[in-house]
Amino acid sequence: MHIPDGFLDARTWIGATVAGAGAVGYSLKKTREVLEERQIPLLGMIAAFIFAAQMVNFPVAGGTSGHLIGAVLAAILLGPWAAGLVITVVIMVQALFFGDGGITALGANVLNMAFFATFSGYYAYRLLSRLFGGGKARATGTFIVTFLASWFSVVTAATAAALELAASGTVPLGVVLPAMLFWHVIIGLGEGVITAVAVSFVTSLRPDLQSRQLAGPSTDP
Amino acid sequence: MGERREGAFIPRLKSRGPAPIPVKKGTLVILVAALALAAVLSPLASAKPDGLERVAEDKGFLERAGSFSTSLVPDYLMPGVGNEALATSLAGVSGTVLTFLLAYGVARLVRKRGIEAGDRVR
Repeated sequence: MHIPDGFLDARTWIGATVAGAGAVGYSLKKTREVLEERQIPLLGMIAAFIFAAQMVNFPVAGGTSGHLIGAVLAAILLGPWAAGLVITVVIMVQALFFGDGGITALGANVLNMAFFATFSGYYAYRLLSRLFGGGKARATGTFIVTFLASWFSVVTAATAAALELAASGTVPLGVVLPAMLFWHVIIGLGEGVITAVAVSFVTSLRPDLQSRQLAGPSTDP
Repeated sequence: MGERREGAFIPRLKSRGPAPIPVKKGTLVILVAALALAAVLSPLASAKPDGLERVAEDKGFLERAGSFSTSLVPDYLMPGVGNEALATSLAGVSGTVLTFLLAYGVARLVRKRGIEAGDRVR
């Protein structure tokens, strides 16, 4: 859901840029406090993976496609603040080098996908883990929780985008919000499956990441 | 040096420059997977409009989309490459590598300050 230039009015995109820059600045500070040296290569590789995965649009119903955001994937493996940085880097590369997402809309896209999606999904993950995690079917429980949290992150980001579009006067809220929700409720299913599968795959290779997940990632805000 | 076991404590070496950061095989696989994804799957990606574009089309504001700058690799097609699939692959791979380098660089810069605050051992 990369917003191009021209969809947002000046007040909205300027406000989003200020808020986005603030969020990035704060993420740098928080990440500095907790990032371990051994996580540095992982951060780079997850960013690379998310960039690549975002290129692979998958078809959903009715002549539309979706793509991964990867916010919850990054948050589970790196914690939410580092995840915010990772997605921000991805979005900036996309906008600045590939014209995917506007330059003026960069702040809004960063806010929506690097922060709103990340934190909504991360907190959903933690809450659901506490409610349903543990027990005998731990792997299945984790898979389902990851799926739901990732789905939720997409719906949140889509809602934020709809609010920005409405605030810009581009389209009425009553029109854009149901439409965005419709498609992203569906697209979120793809995000859920991809994220849950990817997390299982990564944690099977790096079991040391699994305990981090269950105990709660180190970057607790 | 010997093989590094998964999960083994890796002793920090005293060296003049920044200590090499150990990269476990499991982590490297992620980058390899990313490159494979970009090279092989990106040309096969659906060309249909994404959720936002679809809403913009349906609700009549798509034509507002403009661009205030020209990008190096517009639409993920590497310029000067005739074959569209190949152009997409190249765009994907270059973007993946670039993203890796930038994210890694940011992480290293961020971490550098962290060292002054004292290392944590987990």
